[in-house]
Amino acid sequence: MSVARAERLVNLVLCLLSTRQYLSAERIRGIVPGYADAPSDDAFFRTFERDKTELRELGIPLEVGRNSVFDTVDGYRIARRDYELGEIDLEPDEAAAVALAVRLWDSPELTGAAHGALLKLRAAGVDVDQGAPTVVESKVRTSEPAFAPLLAAVQAGQAVSFGYRRPSPAELRERVLEPWGVVSWRGRWYVVGHDRDRNAPRCFRLSRVVGEVRKVGRPGVVRRPDDVNLMAFVANTNSEPPQSAPALLWVATGRGAGLRRRARVVGEREVDGVPGELIELDLHYPDTAAGWIAGYGADVLVLEPDVLAKSVRERLIAVAEGTS
Amino acid sequence: MTAAQERLPRLLALVPYLIARPGILIDEAAADFGVSAKQLRKDLELLWMCGLPGYGPGDLIDISFDEETVTVTFDAGMRRPLRLTGAEATALLVALRALVDTPGVGNADAIRRAVAKIEAAAGQAQPAGVAVGLGVREAGRTAEVREVVQAALRAGRALRITYYTASKDEVSARTVDPMRVLIVDGRGYLEAWCRRAEAVRLFRLDRVDEVEVLDEPAAPPPYAEPTDTSAGLFQAEPGQRSARLVLEPDARWVSEYYPVEDVEELDGGRLRVRMRYSDTSWVVRLLLGLGGDVRVEEPVELAVALREQAAAAVARLDRHLAVT
Repeated sequence: MSVARAERLVNLVLCLLSTRQYLSAERIRGIVPGYADAPSDDAFFRTFERDKTELRELGIPLEVGRNSVFDTVDGYRIARRDYELGEIDLEPDEAAAVALAVRLWDSPELTGAAHGALLKLRAAGVDVDQGAPTVVESKVRTSEPAFAPLLAAVQAGQAVSFGYRRPSPAELRERVLEPWGVVSWRGRWYVVGHDRDRNAPRCFRLSRVVGEVRKVGRPGVVRRPDDVNLMAFVANTNSEPPQSAPALLWVATGRGAGLRRRARVVGEREVDGVPGELIELDLHYPDTAAGWIAGYGADVLVLEPDVLAKSVRERLIAVAEGTS
Repeated sequence: MTAAQERLPRLLALVPYLIARPGILIDEAAADFGVSAKQLRKDLELLWMCGLPGYGPGDLIDISFDEETVTVTFDAGMRRPLRLTGAEATALLVALRALVDTPGVGNADAIRRAVAKIEAAAGQAQPAGVAVGLGVREAGRTAEVREVVQAALRAGRALRITYYTASKDEVSARTVDPMRVLIVDGRGYLEAWCRRAEAVRLFRLDRVDEVEVLDEPAAPPPYAEPTDTSAGLFQAEPGQRSARLVLEPDARWVSEYYPVEDVEELDGGRLRVRMRYSDTSWVVRLLLGLGGDVRVEEPVELAVALREQAAAAVARLDRHLAVT
């Protein structure tokens, strides 16, 4: 942005903030320094249009209206109450929370916006020390290519279509979605919305979106239900951990450290001439546990329960008889 | 936003910022705005030329600066910063809400108060369409470990830890110089200088079995650089081996959990991938546990080793089941 343009825009904001009357473009041309240089009416109106767009993109609430029924053209002003950030005063611990929050994003879309917010809070007199050491660091990244177009569609209220690969049962098909929001849960991004083909709410993982996200129809069409809890679509599958069940294992001496650190040693035994210990541990997810235990091969033997022993044996048989 | 596009928001924020801080050091203000002192001086010189219609001596923004400090004596009606845009409010409030539910991050009460105050000041700019949950899973024992680790960080002390290394399936004692705690994909990690490995290491908090704060100060060497986690925790290292695998649909999660390359879609929802690994014993445990859902195409030695180990484990299981 040239010095002249920046200066003109600051003067335009100050001028429109200071007036109660709507000022027509011609009035503004006569008042605000910079516009008088325009070589022609056309050049002036082009410049003025561009300036209005620039101010609106920054979120400056330009009001358009007429002072009386005798006015023949629209005028402009900025209502101070809509322009100004409300009074805010943060305690040091609250300001520390803000500093931490700004650092959470690692995203071209959201890092910039968070810094913009920080700038305004500072301008409102809040002291936020960004150099303070944090106790816990966390980053939310938005590296999936689908993130930016989906966030833009959510903000514009526009439907989208995209290729989506579902793993099981495996299929790749085109989905048409009215997106309500993008959700990050445990480092993964999802988009939640109304699936037009299924005519039901659905959630999609961004890493499984194939190819481009395309806009469908006009902006401003998608209406998010008022009571919708975006996070619940993504996180509600992770309910309370199930009841744990005890298991009794034999583990060869000096092996199976990963199992031992979760277990109690309850005895000793030799198996096939190999010395080992009997250990007892509590298992929450039988399926995951079977894979974990099978990984130790002949170093571990499941003694109880029978169902776990069978499940481990099945996995090992499949590998032993593998056709590779 | 480009540097030029960032200038107008900065110019609009600068006057209220300086009004709130009479006599501030130019260097300090420049640091808060993330620009050089030279750039800040240019901004001030530009603002000095701006003001209210009339543009006489009493209408222009009045700034007095000396060598090091600056004071705004007339603000031309720009007393408050511009309100937050929807995108800015979203970026800040979503991040704050994500931190509220994350254990150990800070004072949840302070974060809630900050959210309430920012919501009140932001007015109509309500966040929508983005939600973030860090979703940290933390068992009671891990919380205790984290608290001890954080206490050591605050006090700047070294730690003695007993740590389970999953890749080697072994538990070892180490003395480490803590650097920070971070959360990646829903898990807490301690980043520290490991005196045994003489390198920076990330320790998963739920794999720290014992922790003790030492009397000696934490002294990571000056060349100990924090790990760049932006590309994920697993990074390709020289000397790593790699295996070509075919994943059945039920094992596709492996490609989303571990970094894989050369991904190729096969029929029936199967996936061919290349996976890097440093430790053969680790990849054997992983693949034995996955049973028939993965087939090893390369290297042949790995496929053979897997089959032999699985067969030995099945033989042991069958001998034992026959006995009892």
